[in-house]
This record gives sequence, C-alpha cells and structure tokens, in this order.
Amino acid sequence: MTARLLPFCADPVRPAPPTPITITVDGAAASGVAGQSLAGVILASGALGLRRTSASGRARGVLCGIGICYDCVVEVNGQRDVRACQRRAVDGDVITTQHDPLPGGDTG
Amino acid sequence: MSRVLVSDVLVIGAGPAGLAAASAARQRGASVTLLDASDQLGGQFWRHLPAVRPAASERVLHHGWATFVGLSQALEADSGCRIIGGAQVWAIETSAAGPAAVHVLVGEPDGVGRERLVFSGAAMILATGAHDRILPFPGWDLPGVFTGGGAQALAKGERLAVGRAVVVAGAGPFLLPVAASLARTGSAVLGVFEASRAPALLRGWLPRPWQLLPAAGKGVELAGYVAGHLRHRIPYRLGRMVVAAHGTDRVEAVTVASVGPDWAPVNGTERTLEVDAVCVSHGFTPRLELAIAAGCGLTAARFVAVDQAQHTSVTGVYAAGEITGVGGADLAMAEGAIAGHVAAGGLASDDQVRRAVRARRTFAGFARRIEAAHAIRAGWEQVLTADTIVCRCEEVSFGALCATAESTRAGSLRALKLSTRAGLGICQGRVCGRTVEELLATRVGDGGLRDQVSTDRRPIAALIRLGELAADHQGRGLSPEHPEPEPDPMKGTK
Repeated sequence: MTARLLPFCADPVRPAPPTPITITVDGAAASGVAGQSLAGVILASGALGLRRTSASGRARGVLCGIGICYDCVVEVNGQRDVRACQRRAVDGDVITTQHDPLPGGDTG
Repeated sequence: MSRVLVSDVLVIGAGPAGLAAASAARQRGASVTLLDASDQLGGQFWRHLPAVRPAASERVLHHGWATFVGLSQALEADSGCRIIGGAQVWAIETSAAGPAAVHVLVGEPDGVGRERLVFSGAAMILATGAHDRILPFPGWDLPGVFTGGGAQALAKGERLAVGRAVVVAGAGPFLLPVAASLARTGSAVLGVFEASRAPALLRGWLPRPWQLLPAAGKGVELAGYVAGHLRHRIPYRLGRMVVAAHGTDRVEAVTVASVGPDWAPVNGTERTLEVDAVCVSHGFTPRLELAIAAGCGLTAARFVAVDQAQHTSVTGVYAAGEITGVGGADLAMAEGAIAGHVAAGGLASDDQVRRAVRARRTFAGFARRIEAAHAIRAGWEQVLTADTIVCRCEEVSFGALCATAESTRAGSLRALKLSTRAGLGICQGRVCGRTVEELLATRVGDGGLRDQVSTDRRPIAALIRLGELAADHQGRGLSPEHPEPEPDPMKGTK
C-alpha cells in the first residue's frame, strides 16, 4: 500500500462525512468515496500501475493527474481510453486495465 | 448535431485568469460564456473537494480562497454568465476575419455521445493555463512518479496522499506548495530537492529587491511555506536533482545527486532514499494549442504575445494568465481583469482597471525572477542513459532518438518526429515535446532544426472519438458553412 485517502475525521480541511462507493478493477473490488476520480480510487486501493505499454509491456500509472499525459487511460464500463484522472468514479463502475501488445509482439 | 451559441464574450478556462476575465466582462454588461474542461470552477490553482464532499475549512489548503469564493459565487448567481463545465474545446476554426467557430464537446471526460456545441462570440479570452514540464530521468516512467501538479491535484481535489514516504524534486517555487500539500495530506516528505544552486537563486531573486515590496503578499505566502516546512521538518536542499528512480513495477527508491551550475550531476555525490512516490516539476509549459489554432502570434520565449490590453495578434482574441508568461495567480487575475474589461468594450486606460494594471506591473517581475533563478540548464541531459525513455507514449529511448538524429541527414523536426515517432503519441507531445525538440536541436548540427515546426501546434486540440466526430455529419446536423445561430438567452440581460 502506498497512496491513501486522508480519513475525513483527521483532515484539517474538515470535509463532510463522505459517501462510500465501490468499483471493480479487473474484477477486484476497490472502495472510495463519492466525488473521487477513478485514478484516486484505484491509487488508494494500493494499485499504482493502471496499464501496460504496448512495446515493452512496462507498467504505467498516474503521472500528471490533470489530463495531460494520457498515461492513466483505462476501460470504463466497456468504454476504452478514458483518462482515469479526469473521470469521476461512480458506484458500480467496472474498470478494466488496458494492454494492447503490438501486432506480432511477444510481450504478454 | 451541433448547437450554435453566441455570447458577447467567450472565456476559455475557469482558473484565476478566466474567472477574473468573466467577472470584469460582466461588470461592463457583456453577456459571457465561461467554459472549462472540469466540472468545477477554480482551475488547478484553486482545485478543491467536489460539491458532494463539501469542506468547512477549504481555505487551509489555498491562497486567496476568499477571492475565489467571491468570484465564483457571483458568477454562478449571475444570469448573464453562462457557465459550462465538462466542456472540452477541441478545435478553433478560423476565417480570413479571424476565429470563426469554437468547437466544444460537453459531457463526461472522454465520454461517448457528448453534446456538441459551436460558439461564435464577438470576443474570445483564452485563459488555458499551463501544466508541469518534467524532464526525463532513468525510471521516470515507473508508476509512483508523479508530476508536482498531479500530486497537488490529488491532494487538494481528493485529499489523497500519493505516497507515505515522498520526495519532491525539480526546480521552481512550485515545489514548496506541493510539499506543503503532501505534508498536510499525511505524507512524510523526505526532502525537497531544488536543482538551482544558491548563486543562481540569488542572481534571480535578489536584484532590485525594492521592486518586490508592493508584492508583500508573496512574502507572506513564502513565509507560510517556510513555517510549514519547519513544522513538518521537511529538508529543502539546493543544487540537487533526482537522477534515477528504482523499482520493477513501482517506485521503491530514488537516487538524488548534487549538480553543478549547469545542472550536470556530480559523480560520487549520489544518495539513495527509500520512497514510494516521487513528485517532479521543472517549471511549466503553457497550454498554447488553442491560441495557435486561433492564429495568435507567440513571443520568442513561446508564450502568447499580448499588448497592454491583453489583446493578441488576432482581432477580438485576448489572452490572460500563464499562457502569456508564468507568473502566478495574482498576475493571472490582473491580466484576466484587464482582458475581460477590454473584451467587453473598455479600454486598458480606464479607471476601473487601474488597480489591475498596477498589479500586473508588480507581479510581472516575478515571472522574470523565476526564469532567472530556476530556468532549465543544459547539463541535466547527463542523467539520461541510452535506454532512458524520452517519449513515454511511443516508448522512444534517448539512445534511439540520438541514433536516428545522428544517422539521418534530415534536419527538420517534422522528419525526425516521423522517423523516431517521438512526440507522436496519445499525449500529442505535451509531456516530451519540448524536451525532444531541445535534444534534437543540439544533435542535428549546423544551427539546429531547420523547419519552423513546433510541438505546440495541435490542430485537434483534444482527443475525440471518431464516432463523435462523425456524428456531426449525420442526420439533420447543421452544415458547418451555414450554421443558424440560436437566439442568445443572455442577450436580454444587458
């Protein structure tokens, strides 16, 4: 585990009590709170890598967090190439991480 | 099918510059449409918890929070200002007379079936801001490497700490608020590593210090960060740089080294720290694609060129904020206020904007000082190894980039991009573009790249799905040549 959501009761910003939500990421449940981005929910679940690259199959995660780098694209409810940092998570969202090996490539 | 909308003033971007612009234009009675890709106002500077998670003390994380609340509440309550969130501007069409149509998709980010809007307004204010520039280093593609802005956005927008043990590195005053946000969100910040060394900082920040006096608020801001750093015991080290991140599928450690005045790492000074995240920022890159699409001229330093009225080289198009020079939120708001006032028919010499003109003069000095103190120095390249990825999207290594540049006779950026694929990926060169240009320019010989191409030019300013593009030409869609403007609901409020 690395990234984590600051518990609302310990937060100097004093947010209202949050509404819990649950999404699935490659079949595994990940919990977050309403209003978070998909990237935020996935990061707080302990998963840093959001996809694998086409050529070398290396793991990539959230880099810019503001929609510039496109390194965090995931499939959301069957819709591909959605920037996880830009889309707010909705309870029940089904996320599938993307890996598109190059044609004839041997990166699995 | 597109809906065609008309307003007196169209403002693109709802950060400090855009909000100030919209407010000033409304004060002169113009009807205003304010667009932003986010569903929240405030831009990256005032990124905050969403309405479903309202916070009682949001101001703890922000400078000028009361200003933001004042501006945004007034605009939201104003029937003469149409605010459209989730609005992705993806193209600006021009005609001989200037920008003719601004194409916008409204809906969920990267969604399908978003609503298509086309704006044609009498005046347009571009306030698109900037994003972090980050220089590559071995391991920078590992998950767990974030931009400073990314860590900041997750901390302020979600109250998420990107790691438990974190280092912040790069160059510029922005490293301080990033470290402060991380500390206030529960990360242990092991250090802030600023590549510039003390002499450069003194040369940049110290000359004519009396010019900083009217900007005393900046001193208070800085003192706040220093106090916060002392409280959280965050070491701030000058002349140091992250030279590598280590790990297999995630960052497990980083190596930090001392650098010389040109930012070349000094052998034997390396120190490795165990971390689970590293946040890097080497300054900012202005988001120029819409300004370029609108035909606006750029300065030699590659910002949007504006005159005293924030007017660009294109009639009816104004620019404000970081796209005209990176100088912070106070400068952005001053420029926005002037742009909004003039776009709505006023003059830059009017009494209503006298304070904004004075503030612009005061804060413009900061942009020059930041550049002098923290500008990227050429020696940074020495951190690169042959297999360091330079273009993340297309996975082009430094070695491959150099080999192509040195073996081909092509001296143009366009040809080299095509042969290496660097800068041609899904981010459209936003992350690596300027780095690729600079690395290639020093390797093609004979005075650098021969063409006038730059990676800032992106005719399709945001990626859209082919289905959404095609939808416009089906059914009863408006013909792009003869759109019928719908009556503007705001016209009656003037």
